[in-house]
Amino acid sequence: MTNALLTGLLLGGMYALVAMGLTLQYGVARIMNLSYGEVLIAAAFAAHGLFTAWALSPLLGLAFVIPASFAVNYFFYRFLLLPLVRRARTRDALEVDSILATFGLMFIVQGVMLTIFGGAYYSYSFFAIPIEMFGAQMAANRILAFAVAMVIGLALYLGLTRTRIGTAIRAVAVDPISAQLVAIDVQRTSALAFALGGALVAVAGVLVSMFLTFSATSGVIFTMKALIIVVMGGVGNLLGCLVAGLLLGLSESFVATYVDPGLTLAVNYAVFLAVLLVKPAGFFGRAQR
Amino acid sequence: MTLPLPVLFALSATFVAGLAAVPFFVDNYYLALGISLLQYAVLATAWGLFSGPTRYVSLATAAFFGVGAYTVAVLGEVLPWALVLLIAGFIGAVMAIVVGLATLRLSGVHFVIFTFGLAELIRQLVVWFEVNKTRVLGRYVFVDITQQDIYWQLLALGVAVFLIGWLVARSRLGFALRIIGEDETVAQHCGINTTIAKVTLLTISATVMTLAGAIMAPRWTYIEPSIAFNAMISFQVVIMALLGGAHRLWGPALGAVPLTLLFEFLSARFPTTFTIIIGVIFLLVVYALPTGIAGLLARLTSRKAPA
Repeated sequence: MTNALLTGLLLGGMYALVAMGLTLQYGVARIMNLSYGEVLIAAAFAAHGLFTAWALSPLLGLAFVIPASFAVNYFFYRFLLLPLVRRARTRDALEVDSILATFGLMFIVQGVMLTIFGGAYYSYSFFAIPIEMFGAQMAANRILAFAVAMVIGLALYLGLTRTRIGTAIRAVAVDPISAQLVAIDVQRTSALAFALGGALVAVAGVLVSMFLTFSATSGVIFTMKALIIVVMGGVGNLLGCLVAGLLLGLSESFVATYVDPGLTLAVNYAVFLAVLLVKPAGFFGRAQR
Repeated sequence: MTLPLPVLFALSATFVAGLAAVPFFVDNYYLALGISLLQYAVLATAWGLFSGPTRYVSLATAAFFGVGAYTVAVLGEVLPWALVLLIAGFIGAVMAIVVGLATLRLSGVHFVIFTFGLAELIRQLVVWFEVNKTRVLGRYVFVDITQQDIYWQLLALGVAVFLIGWLVARSRLGFALRIIGEDETVAQHCGINTTIAKVTLLTISATVMTLAGAIMAPRWTYIEPSIAFNAMISFQVVIMALLGGAHRLWGPALGAVPLTLLFEFLSARFPTTFTIIIGVIFLLVVYALPTGIAGLLARLTSRKAPA
């Protein structure tokens, strides 16, 4: 019981971090990014490479991965997505275009990783010491990843609520048209939010790589879970992200322990649908449109 | 494009008769190629049937296709072929109604997210069922269906899709769907029950996809979940329909032909870089041809004609 609960909480915390970047990209920049999980896997490969080649701790590796992913995602937005933003006449049109464009991007990133790394599964052993907690055995790297995820989540929350640029980001998320009236450069803010989201998912990728095996093609699952969490929590809402992430992690862990580990995806979908049928806008979402 | 109706029908009938005669003249390689072409033309047209007018991006083609193929794998040996097809179509329709009712009442995003993982979800459920209940993963398909039979059945299905699409576009349902695609709120204010309209069309489209999967199943002698629910089918169908132009009935089939040939050529020669090429084609279509070949043709012809 405690085992399932703790596993679920640790997993849920990770899911929340994975989804946080997407809630910035989709909630603020209005880009429904289907290549999101591929960025996560790319970061995981980077952490793996740094660790195996130079024995560099993944936590130190973050110092390289975060700025790199921020820059790459900024360029994605600036050169690939901005033309679509300019072309779109309505929010719905942008949504459809961004789905299709990032879909193509997903294939390109995935294809590049397949060419370099092949289809095999990768993992490395970092900090894999068992730790006794409340009478249950937990791996130290999972706890460490969870702790880092929480710290980053808190920092992001404070950054968004206490700083000037954070306030601008939230303003664009709430109403991009009115935000312009108070002298907020919506396109620059969107680009920033998109890049920030990319940096966050890269952090998630590095942390996940410490305890999960991954392959060039496993990004889709992360994209799917992140999308489910973002919509379930209410688009653009960090607290909703946390709650939805924990809910998903806990339900997965309990079903894996007591029913069957082969049904985790079915549980994700069941929870997703159940929540949406009761609250179509998500836990903390406002009614849309 | 304003041919009188009898001429249009006569031309179409000649074209279909020509296609039907193909298996008598070609060897096995070209027959197999013809089957691939028909398969993707049918799937892409069915995709366009729902996603064209409503503008909902469906990524669930592989889910319905796989369910059809699996139905044959399970029932193909026990029941007569026509009955198997009927059951497959019925299962696909029921599945589409459930999915549609669950997601289509909400905004378009929910539908995309749900269909994004639907094939994966069903694959996991099938694997779980096979491992825990029947204790075998993978099944052999022993049915008395030749390649020619598959070709003709697909052709018949293709003709049926076109007829259905043509009729739907001329019906109240088709008109309602076009309004929904333009602006859903307006549609609701006009007194259109948008949910029923969307679910109905999704069901028609999904039934066709499921039947296509069932018809194709005898092509593999051995089926396992990862073959039947191959997500690549969903992606390829979307690009084909977009390339051709999803807002016209004949658009998706127009896109299916060149891309099927291209993918056939590429997957044999560049298996590792295949995904990159698909991604690049995707981006090119989205950026350069937002309305597809059909849209481009319409623009060219309207420019030539004096206004």
